[in-house]
Amino acid sequence: MKKEKTRRAVFTRRVLMLGAGKTVLMGLLTGRLWQLQVTESERYAVLAEENRISVRLLPPPRGSIVDRFGVPVAENRLNWRAMLVAERTDDVGATLATFSSLVPLAEHERARIEREVRRRRRFVPVLVRDFLEWEDMARLEVNAPDLPGIITDLGTSRTYPFGETFAHIVGYVAPPAEADLDGDPMLQLPGIRVGRSGLERQHDRTLRGRAGKVQLEVNAVGRVIRELDRQEGTPGQVLTTTIDAGLQLAVARRIERDSAAVVVLDARNGEVLAMASSPSFDPNIFAEGVSAAQWRAWTTNRRNPLVNKAIAGLYAPGSTFKMVVALAALEARAVTPQERINCHGYVELGDARFHCWKKGGHGPLDMREAIKQSCDCYFYEVARRVGIDRIAAMARRFGLGVDLELDLPGARAGLVPTREWKRATQGVPWQQGETLVHGIGQGFTQVSPLQLAVMTARMVNGGRAIQPHLTRAIGDQLVRGHRPEDWPAIGIPEAHLMLMRDAMAGVVNERGGTAWASRLPPELGVAMGGKTGTTQVRRITLAERERGLRRQEELPYEWRHHALFVGFAPVEDPVYAIAVIVEHGGGGSAAAAPVARDVLIETLTRDPARRTTPPPPPRPEPQRVAAAAPLEGRR
Amino acid sequence: MQRLLARERGMSLAAKLATVSWPFVIMLCLLAATGYAMLYSAAGGSAEPWAFRHGLRFGFGVLLMISIAMVDIRFIKRLAWPLYFLGVGLLVAVALHGAVGKGAQRWLDLGPIQIQPSELMKLFIVLMLASWFHRASIERVANPLFLVPPVIAVAVPVVLVLRQPNLGNALITCILAAAILFAAGVRIWKFALVGGVMAIAAPIAYERLHDYQRNRILTFLNPESDPLGTGYHIIQSKIALGSGGMFGQGFVQGTQSQLNFLPEKQTDFIFTMLAEEFGFAGAAALIGLNLLIVLYGLAMALACRHQFGRLVAVGITTNFFLYVFVNIAMVMGAIPVGGVPLPLVSHGGSAMITVMIGFGVLMSVHVHRDVEIEGEQQG
Repeated sequence: MKKEKTRRAVFTRRVLMLGAGKTVLMGLLTGRLWQLQVTESERYAVLAEENRISVRLLPPPRGSIVDRFGVPVAENRLNWRAMLVAERTDDVGATLATFSSLVPLAEHERARIEREVRRRRRFVPVLVRDFLEWEDMARLEVNAPDLPGIITDLGTSRTYPFGETFAHIVGYVAPPAEADLDGDPMLQLPGIRVGRSGLERQHDRTLRGRAGKVQLEVNAVGRVIRELDRQEGTPGQVLTTTIDAGLQLAVARRIERDSAAVVVLDARNGEVLAMASSPSFDPNIFAEGVSAAQWRAWTTNRRNPLVNKAIAGLYAPGSTFKMVVALAALEARAVTPQERINCHGYVELGDARFHCWKKGGHGPLDMREAIKQSCDCYFYEVARRVGIDRIAAMARRFGLGVDLELDLPGARAGLVPTREWKRATQGVPWQQGETLVHGIGQGFTQVSPLQLAVMTARMVNGGRAIQPHLTRAIGDQLVRGHRPEDWPAIGIPEAHLMLMRDAMAGVVNERGGTAWASRLPPELGVAMGGKTGTTQVRRITLAERERGLRRQEELPYEWRHHALFVGFAPVEDPVYAIAVIVEHGGGGSAAAAPVARDVLIETLTRDPARRTTPPPPPRPEPQRVAAAAPLEGRR
Repeated sequence: MQRLLARERGMSLAAKLATVSWPFVIMLCLLAATGYAMLYSAAGGSAEPWAFRHGLRFGFGVLLMISIAMVDIRFIKRLAWPLYFLGVGLLVAVALHGAVGKGAQRWLDLGPIQIQPSELMKLFIVLMLASWFHRASIERVANPLFLVPPVIAVAVPVVLVLRQPNLGNALITCILAAAILFAAGVRIWKFALVGGVMAIAAPIAYERLHDYQRNRILTFLNPESDPLGTGYHIIQSKIALGSGGMFGQGFVQGTQSQLNFLPEKQTDFIFTMLAEEFGFAGAAALIGLNLLIVLYGLAMALACRHQFGRLVAVGITTNFFLYVFVNIAMVMGAIPVGGVPLPLVSHGGSAMITVMIGFGVLMSVHVHRDVEIEGEQQG
């Protein structure tokens, strides 16, 4: 019995110890609970709130882009979409089968839908079909009771009604890449697009607008319980360009068979009225995704449809550069307008012989005649007298070889060489022979068609340093620069400018002028002025010259000269300036001047710079790439 | 059998019913009612699908408990070893044919009911150990050789549970057995020795753990490291606890629980939900109620006049305590998540019935606290 007593005593002691231990452990739990629920409560309350509330962005509609008269060139197309919410139907297969009987679904579409349904949570809508026709939508709505789980909604997608015609100006949109992420949370949204080139890219922030916000109460798997707060965003602003869509369409059609570029400016204020580069591409293709084959076709095409040749194509200016040389000589008093310089077909300098384009020479010519007949010997001599540095300085004042700060991505500055430039980049001194070559716009000089148009505009607008621009208004706000007085003078005497204008008028409107064949028809009642240019893409060898020059049409396409023309109209009171380049077109007077003539006829008829209401609206008709244009050129 | 019935004749059924500890039954009812309320809230304010069935099961459980309380404790003692072997057999069966759930073989599917043998096994081990130590004097217990058979008898089912694999339950079973050995008078230095050996063996054992078990331990050490992976449950649970504050968000108002941020809120994480909706006050009250039940059970142990009953009472009470402690510590992120329910509050039939059977045996101990069991104090 004693043994039982000690055993019970041990047991009692130990049970009390167990009881105490358990009480202490429970106490510890309670203490920890106090810590979590009371002491650190605030920290966890914040975390809880974050857990519960989900902020979602509401993307605003992207601003549209319109031409100067309000014709839309980039807008948002309504996009009716049908989605499937798997949890609202008992049988996804049956719903899709019914859907398919109303709006046929291809086998691969069904496979994609079923795959996505399996992968996503069951309350997340899966896209069944977008860009539905109105008739399809009506059919789906009428049959809604037989389509459990199908919901429809209205989204938007970007569309370019003019297609290829405006591709290089408006650009296109694409899903944002890593480099586009600029801190705007909107870019994280699925389906969002950013401007990838052209005005879409230049004015992306303006067009994009500001996202609205909606605060939603959600549960752990993201299902929305209810909406707590909503702030509407700011829609993207409407961008008005300086382009006249009707003129743009006409210009694009005129050059669609060539590899060419045309720029039409309002010479008085620098507004770009038309800017076409051909061949072009259809930016609408980017909305649905570019196939590998399509992309390869674009990038391997030797005519570079993706490149805007008007601003990114660089060419030697050729004879269109001669006015700049003349103005530099007049300013330096190296020659007077009346001085006659004799041309007998070539100029010799040391061992080298520099040929005039006209075999046998022009004879003695003054400055006006030299420009009108585009005599090379005259300008060899004048350039030799002036020197390359003064020619380069003059060229820069006319916008050649400088960054014109165009409001469009991708514009290239080109190159106007100086002695300093050659020493710095090539390490050898400038040769006098090079000065002669540059006097007729060949050599290192590289300019864009846009720069040539700017040069012409500054020459005929009384010497104002207009800068080209494509933005006319953002929202209701006109941008600076639409008035001529907004631009400073470049400091050329009026008499010199008038002489150039008169000489360029002679080029077109007098017999013996290089563009006489392309003069405007008299019934228009307006005349134009201009200057042709032809630039060699390869050197003519002495052997070839002795054998006799072959006709351009007989040369392989890549060897043919580029044809250039710069011009303006009307002659008496210039409003429009134009630059045309036809790649491998042959001669400036034969290939480029006729384009300029046709474009200026259209321009003067529509007269976009001097009217506020549009002429009869152009009909947007997206065109095909002129793939049929033979590479061997016209005959 | 004849003799046993003859002795039992001393107590009528009515007298037995009168000696049932009704305050204890009331405490259990309070606990179950809390469970009903929380399951009602977990369903977003609906008796379906959990609360109603919970109430029904508890009602059945109470009947079962009272019925077992009427069974003579000596009869139960006789069943101790047969039940132990039955338990081991069930564990083997589950290893061979068990249903696989959540990556582990734990359940035995017996048609309409599924049982988790590892839960029942703990009760059987309690009975087995109590039976073994029933006759042993302190001197006998002090003999290490006397301790070898029961330790092996515990080790066999523990190894089977480990192989399921269910690390948590194996550890809990060991602690439970240790508590009974402790109450039986095994010297404290022996526990220290075993503890020391385990501390050395732990790194070796860790090498042999399953990936998910290692993950649990690693997550426990740093839950914030992987917020959407394995640590997600613990972080969400802590956020919910914190959002409860002092007095809670209100019944059916807990944002984290109602919005499903809280995982498994009707089972393992029901305490978190209660703590969010009723705050620290409510949670502390629930802990208090559980502690009261534990201490009451220990008091029953002290009041018992035979060693078998005393040890059974300590074992069953400790088993209940371990459930409660592990569950609450787990949802607070104090120990690794282990799939242990909160008894009588969490949803789940198997656990509820197991706990109620245990309490039935405890009540039987209490009802038969004064009976004499032969074979006292031998050796």
